[in-house]
Amino acid sequence: MKRLSLFNVVSLTLGFTFLYLPIVLLVIYSFNAGRSVAVWGGWSTKWYGSVFESQQLLDAAWITLEVGVLSASVATILGTMAAIALARHGRFHGRTLFSAMVYAPLVMPEVITGLSLLLLFVALNMDRGFWTIVLSHITFTMCFVAVVVQSRLSSFDRSIEEAALDLGCTPFMTFFRITLPIILPAVISAWMLAFTLSLDDLVIASFTTGPGATTLPMKIYSDVRLGVKPEINAICSLMVAVVTIAVVIASVLTKHQEVERERAERLAANAP
Amino acid sequence: MSAKALGPVRRKFAPWNDSSAVPLIQIRDVSKAFGSFTAVNSVSLDIYEREFFALLGPSGCGKTTLMRMLAGFETPSAGSISIAGEDLAGIPPHKRPVNMMFQSYALFPHMSVEKNIAFGLEMDRLPKGEIAARVEEMLKLVKLEEFAKRKPHQLSGGQRQRVALARSIAKRPKVLLLDEPLGALDKKLREETQFELLDLQMALGMTFVIVTHDQDEAMTMADRIAVMNHGQFVQISPPAELYEQPVSKYVADFIGDINLLEGRVTKNERGHIVLGSEVTGGRIEASGETVAGLGDKAWFAVRPEKVSIDLQPPNDPTVNTASGTVWDIGYVGDISVYHVKLDNGGTMRASIANTRRVVERPISWEDKVFLTWAPDSGIVLTK
Amino acid sequence: MANPFQAQNRRWMVTAIPYLWMVVFFLVPFFIVLKISFSNSEIAQPPYSPVFDFLIDGWDETLDKLASLTTDNYLRLIQDSIYSSSYLSSLWIAGSSTAMMLFIAYPIAYGMARAPKSWRPTLVMMVILPFWTSFLIRVYAWIAILSEEGLLNSALTWLGVIDEPIQILSTNTAVYIGILYSYLPFMVLPLYSNLEKMDDSLIEAAKDLGCTQIGAFWRVTFPLSLPGVIAGCFLVFIPAVGEFVIPDLLGGSDTIMIGKTMWEEFFNNRDWPAASGVAIALLIILMIPIMIFQTNEARQQEAGR
Repeated sequence: MKRLSLFNVVSLTLGFTFLYLPIVLLVIYSFNAGRSVAVWGGWSTKWYGSVFESQQLLDAAWITLEVGVLSASVATILGTMAAIALARHGRFHGRTLFSAMVYAPLVMPEVITGLSLLLLFVALNMDRGFWTIVLSHITFTMCFVAVVVQSRLSSFDRSIEEAALDLGCTPFMTFFRITLPIILPAVISAWMLAFTLSLDDLVIASFTTGPGATTLPMKIYSDVRLGVKPEINAICSLMVAVVTIAVVIASVLTKHQEVERERAERLAANAP
Repeated sequence: MSAKALGPVRRKFAPWNDSSAVPLIQIRDVSKAFGSFTAVNSVSLDIYEREFFALLGPSGCGKTTLMRMLAGFETPSAGSISIAGEDLAGIPPHKRPVNMMFQSYALFPHMSVEKNIAFGLEMDRLPKGEIAARVEEMLKLVKLEEFAKRKPHQLSGGQRQRVALARSIAKRPKVLLLDEPLGALDKKLREETQFELLDLQMALGMTFVIVTHDQDEAMTMADRIAVMNHGQFVQISPPAELYEQPVSKYVADFIGDINLLEGRVTKNERGHIVLGSEVTGGRIEASGETVAGLGDKAWFAVRPEKVSIDLQPPNDPTVNTASGTVWDIGYVGDISVYHVKLDNGGTMRASIANTRRVVERPISWEDKVFLTWAPDSGIVLTK
Repeated sequence: MANPFQAQNRRWMVTAIPYLWMVVFFLVPFFIVLKISFSNSEIAQPPYSPVFDFLIDGWDETLDKLASLTTDNYLRLIQDSIYSSSYLSSLWIAGSSTAMMLFIAYPIAYGMARAPKSWRPTLVMMVILPFWTSFLIRVYAWIAILSEEGLLNSALTWLGVIDEPIQILSTNTAVYIGILYSYLPFMVLPLYSNLEKMDDSLIEAAKDLGCTQIGAFWRVTFPLSLPGVIAGCFLVFIPAVGEFVIPDLLGGSDTIMIGKTMWEEFFNNRDWPAASGVAIALLIILMIPIMIFQTNEARQQEAGR
């Protein structure tokens, strides 16, 4: 058994304090009755009330959710296909270009992705707005999906798929009956990743949007530029809460499964 | 382990000697290249119905590639494979009349034991009742009735192996391919399972093709063994023949333990061969045939258990003999192996069965000893 | 019996659909940016010329238009010092914050890898969790801390360290803090996944052969973790060079980074050809680190097999 040294404990404590303190302060000050960000004026939930009264914020939140669900779902399908092509189809013509196109957007500065997509939409004479944001988000999030799913596929025992073929299952059905159920957790987490990336995006959406489609990050950004406002604290805290709850539930569920699994494996190891 | 009923007695079975027998699997000049690497190099082979056939060789010798070509996971670069007269070229794995048991078992982790076994039957769209009955029968066959609802990760290694077996025979394929089926089991379980597999093959009347790198496994189970090396067959023979009449030094050395004594042919007539050998400091008498001509280099191959070891020189001066000093003694339990450093250079091994529970060995380290062997105890090899 | 060509078709489509998508939405836009970077800025819709329309123009006019393409935008990139200093300061800020990040992240990743096995998934989740919350929110949180009447200044005044508020927000210091904070998980996670896989017996063997604890770290652990270090550094460096939100919100008017310059060319000056030129130049600068990163990843994947 390894033991944590004092050095390890101190670096972990400092590291996690650095990571969490700003967010914790943000959440605490969202309950500040005063308008100031530094002076505590007593507890209040009034800023949350004003969030729900602001039609602009609610509209922006709704558009963001729609864009997120739609683009994450399409990106998950396309990204999974790309992952299968890369992990399973061996060498094919143009594979190098394909894998470069799949990996490059991971590190591509958002300003470049945003600008290039906008110029494409202009060249195609498309009306910019909701749908152009969705298309852009599909494009950059599908790469993350492909990476997550591909890494699951490459750790996957291929003989399981071969066994299904061997037992008379067609390649097409093998994907749906064998491969997909096994990689489903990775596909779901890829969807969640795509969804949060889409919720998070300011730069690409700013480039590719048109009149009438303002996402929540765009709304927050334009408000923040005018200075810190308690309503922004409140809406940010709400977003943090939603994400935290979702992630904690997801990890508790998988943890529970793992514990069950481990117990079963230990039982099996003792069986004759 | 309680005494269990023995399976049916293995019959005398040798269709490969019968020129009128029609082989079930015909492999004709099959090659497989991966890029510049030739995994399988123009091999031909006939396997007969109900045969238990083993492909034996070190890792990378091409045995797994050959099996995967039978299953349809690899396409031969050249040559043809047919089963029951049907050419398999272009037939995808899911339409072939063979099933495979995978080395990793490849159980579907998200399905219960019974779902795993039923999978192939569902693919054949058998009626539900028939599937249930067949699954029941298979579970009984591999003694896993109580584990039907379990998931693979809730089973022990031996149980998983039996599920994989049940799943691959559930469709009653003409040919069952087994890729290192016992590789993941520990030694004791492996030996038990070898006999279970044999009984099962007899009872089902299926043709088994097994890939293994374990010579004991192949020797115990197979009717015939093909020893592979560098993508080619070195020898295809029944186990006893492989052991007693290896065709080359490679096979002799690969199967069991052997002494190879180098010499030159000085006489070769009518089943009587004499080698002049520096190793023994004289001549080696051998019986049998060889293609070697006079003066050619040859090896006399003799198994350690056929070499006698004694402290006294042999009375008969004409008998094959070599003298030396005991260098090391390996006690393996049932036998003891004596490593002898020969006076003329080189080493030889002789093994003696430990028939008595003696503590004191009559022959000890650094003793001067004489090794003797009969002319018909070994074989003359030329390559 | 199913048609074998059908199965082939399906297999082919699995590759073709995402391939086509990436060609249309990634590769083609890239060439459009390239083309527009050679165009002239116009006060029109769209705000550049020439606009190609082969179907209307036919051959002759298209050729004329091709002749009117210009390299002016690139000349400006070289001549106007705002661009060159943007590039240099972006590279400097990204590079130095990557180096600082390595110092902060390595001890954290090392501590996580040495933590008891049962804690590790939780620790990993704790590193990832802030990453799931919005980037914008995390940057925004620092405004409240760093501003003149913000929490940090209040705390320091209260402690008596300073007499009057110091300016941190709207300086490069704030940009560094922002980058360190936002990109920390990108450095910690590759380092952790590398260190976690490392065989403990290697360290034990080094110590057994007479190495000290610190010696074993520098001679065994650190060299073996280099692929993780490389991956982490590039995952931070490459996006940080093109960062826009952090310099815009936390930096001051004298903080110039190329992402911000491009944004301003585009949204404030509506100079699309100039913005395209800036983007192409940035891409060329980043090409080398991106290629190093991909080679490193590919090698890791090969080794993992």
